[in-house]
This record gives sequence, structure tokens and C-alpha cells, in this order.
Amino acid sequence: MTDLTTKTIAELREGLGKREFSAVEVTDAYLQRAESAAALNAYVRLTPEKAKAQAELSDQRIADAEARPLEGIPLGIKDLFCTEGIETNAASHILDGFVPPYESTVSANLLADGAVFLGKLNLDEFAMGSSNETSYYGPVINPWRREGEDTKLTPGGSSGGSSAAVAARLCAGATATDTGGSIRQPASLTGTVGIKPTYGRCSRWGIVAFASSLDQAGPIARDVRDAAILLTSMAGHDPKDSTSIDRPVPDYEKALEGGVKGLKIGIPKEYRLDGMNAEIDAIWQKGADLLKAQGAEIVEVSLPLTKYALPVYYIVAPAEASSNLARYDGVKYGLRVHDDNIDEMYSKTRAAGFGKEVQRRLMIGTYVLSAGYYDAYYLRAQRVRKKIADEMAKVFEEVDLLLTPSSPSAAFGLGEKSSDPLEMYLNDVFTVTANLAGVPGISVPAGLDAQGLPLGLQLIAPAFGEETMLRGAAALEEAIGFDAQPTEWWK
Amino acid sequence: MSLSESDVKKVAKLARIAISDDDVPHLMNELNGILGWIEQLQEVDVEGVEAMTSSVDVALPMREDVLAEGYTGGGQPEKIVANAPKTEDHFFVVPKVVE
Repeated sequence: MTDLTTKTIAELREGLGKREFSAVEVTDAYLQRAESAAALNAYVRLTPEKAKAQAELSDQRIADAEARPLEGIPLGIKDLFCTEGIETNAASHILDGFVPPYESTVSANLLADGAVFLGKLNLDEFAMGSSNETSYYGPVINPWRREGEDTKLTPGGSSGGSSAAVAARLCAGATATDTGGSIRQPASLTGTVGIKPTYGRCSRWGIVAFASSLDQAGPIARDVRDAAILLTSMAGHDPKDSTSIDRPVPDYEKALEGGVKGLKIGIPKEYRLDGMNAEIDAIWQKGADLLKAQGAEIVEVSLPLTKYALPVYYIVAPAEASSNLARYDGVKYGLRVHDDNIDEMYSKTRAAGFGKEVQRRLMIGTYVLSAGYYDAYYLRAQRVRKKIADEMAKVFEEVDLLLTPSSPSAAFGLGEKSSDPLEMYLNDVFTVTANLAGVPGISVPAGLDAQGLPLGLQLIAPAFGEETMLRGAAALEEAIGFDAQPTEWWK
Repeated sequence: MSLSESDVKKVAKLARIAISDDDVPHLMNELNGILGWIEQLQEVDVEGVEAMTSSVDVALPMREDVLAEGYTGGGQPEKIVANAPKTEDHFFVVPKVVE
């Protein structure tokens, strides 16, 4: 039998339906492969017993002709999603031993559609990072290497476990979250497809909160079709998240066939950065040419406030994080460092439990919200954010989609950027505006650079423009024909 | 605006993160580096612009004021305290806070 882990979700769905193989066989193949990939550090924990039991149930449902949309499809779950009865730590020491008594809405939606969960995937601590190096469980290693080198590269972040696991075929697809680029940048660095949906499209309930006005869940998958299939199951209104939008979820897979003929696609000139990597520029141009050849109209547009998006983000996100992470105080869950004085207990617990980057962001957030500085920093950032969102909305009166690079560089070596927080923050330069404006974005693999590393292109759509975005992404994917695979050095 | 060493200590205290005196100089440099970069927002004209408070343009939904079912509806103290480092009779136990 062919290796079942080479099949896409769409192919698995078909084969399972025709009883060419069983869900148990698929799950076993993935578990075996995941177990032999410990060198990548993509999973923080595998849950084989649970996965096998779910797969058996899937086989039963298939036999009874009661298959659900994701029946028997093995997925990896970013360890930011609470999973009932399965330890969830957000890659933080402070959540040691935390076993959620409930299931996040997004993961519950996937389970209700028949998905099998293989385990929990590594990430940057509390999703704060762009390289997976802030994880308490150590960095994830990118399955891709530079040609002829064995330097350990980052799979991006914060959803680095998700991107690496999908790229190395340690799961058929994965859940991820994106606050400033945490789905799209890792997808770009691993040759996978990642969607950050419109804010409110997926429920945030049961996802460990980072920056609540920016956080959004989405899938990372091997191709655009698989990502569309997963998003259809993940999305939907949830009364438990007051910012979740009550709007019907279309079958996103149906959008793929639309093509780009007649679509107007904007190239924002401010995304062409000074000193930009020439290969990325070339791939961007090629993407535009390919879309044009398929009938799209390519126009240059201007988003002059783009350069302020990252500074706005680094006020808004830490401010919201400082409030969200106040709950980790050694009382209700996780780690406690004992002291007879309660204030000392809080401070010592948080010092021991949070890593350096999280502490840095909590201090920035605390400072910009503190008396006397609130107006100058936080309020001003929220006003600039409004201008950025308005500017974006105005551009979408002219064009249907925007085409940009997904990340300013290919995968970089572990440790190469971790000494300078600002340099690390620049990883999100192309992705963060979509979070500030609440609009959807997708990263699609667009080619390999001279060192053999994948590079992605991003399409951005107006709010709830996922279907148009997927039309563009499917057309781009087909025209590019990306089929490179990493060499399996980790086995 | 830049932070002094005493500002750093004050912010750490407000954030409830214990830091040692040895940590202060490098934290001050890192935080000032980030704040200096953020400073460029001062050049944007925000006169008359309302602060963005929501990413999507919808009113917050209202619900009936009735006891919710499930986890928030009460009656499950074991689950509420299940993850706490220290509990007694369904209470969270903390160091003494009143003399």
C-alpha cells in the first residue's frame, strides 16, 4: 500500500469513503511517522490511545454510512487550544500540568465533524514569537534545510509546531492561531498553506488568549483545498465568544473553482521595502504575472500608513496581553512559587513561570497602559489603528484582493535573530496589517529560493472575503505548481 | 520618553514580575529600544480620529439574564478547582492576606 501520509485531506476523504483503507490505518501511519520525528520537536505531546479510539469510531461511522465531513482525518492541534482532559500549556512553564475541563469551540467543531486528534503541537510561549524559540519546550526545527547544510532553521512562529508538522507530514492538517502573522509567516517558511480568517469568523472561546482584538484561529494545510476544507469546519458563530460573527459559513471548497478572471488585484507599493530580498521581490512579480496571465487585472495601490502597523501592533498586543495574562498568578492553575506574602507569591510565580519574551511584552503592555502614558501610547495606537483599517477598507473599494509577500525572508537559523527583539518583530511586517484591520489573509507557497528554501505569497481580502481570497489562492497555487518536499533527514 | 531604572522597577512591580537588580540595566535597554521605535507613531496626525475598539463593526450581542447551562452555570466546584496548586473544600488556598 502507498504511504497514506502522502495523501491530502481531500484524497483521504475520498479513499476512506471508498473503503480503500481504514481510518485506523491512516491514524497509525501518522502516529508512527510523528513518533519517528522527535528531532523536529513539533509535538509537545502525542495522544495515541485517544487518536486510535477516535479512528475506530470513524471506521464504524463510515461502515454505517454516517461519515461526517472530516471523518477519520488525523489533525494536530496547536497547544493554545484547550482540549478537554488533555494537558494544555501554551508552551509556558506557568501552565504546568493544566488539564482543561472543557474543549475549545474550534477543536470541538473539528471533533463534531469527525476529525481525529493526534496530539498537541509546539508553539512560541503564549504565541508570542516569530521563530518558536520562546517555547518552554524548546524550539521546533524546520523540516526544510538549506541545500548542502545542516544548520537548524526555524519553522516560523508562533504556529511553528503546526507548520513543521504539516510540512513533514506528521499530521494531515493542523489548527493554528494568528495575532500578527503567526499562521501566515510559519506557512511561508515551510512551504505550506495558512489562512488567517476574518476576525470573528472562528470562535476564540477556549483558545488561550494573547491579544483578544487581534487573535484569530485558522488552519495550516498542505494545499489550498485542504485549508478550505478545514476552515469550513472550524468557522462558525459561537454565543460563548461575543466577538464571533453570526453569519452563515459557506462551503469554502466550492469557492476554489472560481478562477481570477475579472478580479482586480492590488500590489501595495509600500510593501516593496528598502533593501528587500531580491528573490522575494522576483517571486512577488512572478505571482502577479501568473495571476495576470489567468485574467486578473493587476494594479498598483498605495497604503501609506503601512509602516506604522508594526509599532501600533507592539502597543496594542502587549497591552491586551498584560491584561489577559494577569490571570496567571499561581492561584487558579499551573505553577506556584510559594511565599508567605501573597504579593511576593504572585511576583515570584510570574518571574519563574514566564519566559523572557513574555515578561518583556507584559512590561511593555503594563507601561503603555499605566497612568500618565495611556493617552500617549495606547489611545494614540488605537487611533492610528483606526486610520490603518480605514485606509485598507478604502483600497478594497478599488480592488478585490491584495498580493504581497508573506514574510521578509526565508527560514532563518535558530539564534540568528533572537538576540534583538526588534529584528524578530520585523518578521510580521507583511502580515500584521490584516490583523489590525480584522481582514483575512492566506499564505501560499510560491517557490524556492537559491538555497532551496520555500517562500510564500500572501493574498489579503476585505472582511468576509474568504471565498474571493480562496479563488485567488487556488489560481495562484495551480499556476505556480509548487511540489517541492523537504528531504527526510530527521528520521 | 524613555524609562529610567526606577521606572523599570515600578513597571515590573505593576506587572507583578519579580526582577533582580542585576536584570534592571538590560531590561531598561530592551524596553527603551522598543519604546523608542514605537515613538514614530507620534508623527501620525490623529486629530479627530476615533480610537478603534473593535475589529469588526458589530454591536455586542445581548442575552437573557438567566443562569447559563454548562460550565458557567455553577454546581461543579470540583472542576473549577481541579487545576489549582492548593485547595481545601472547594476553595482556592492562598497565603494569608489579612492580619
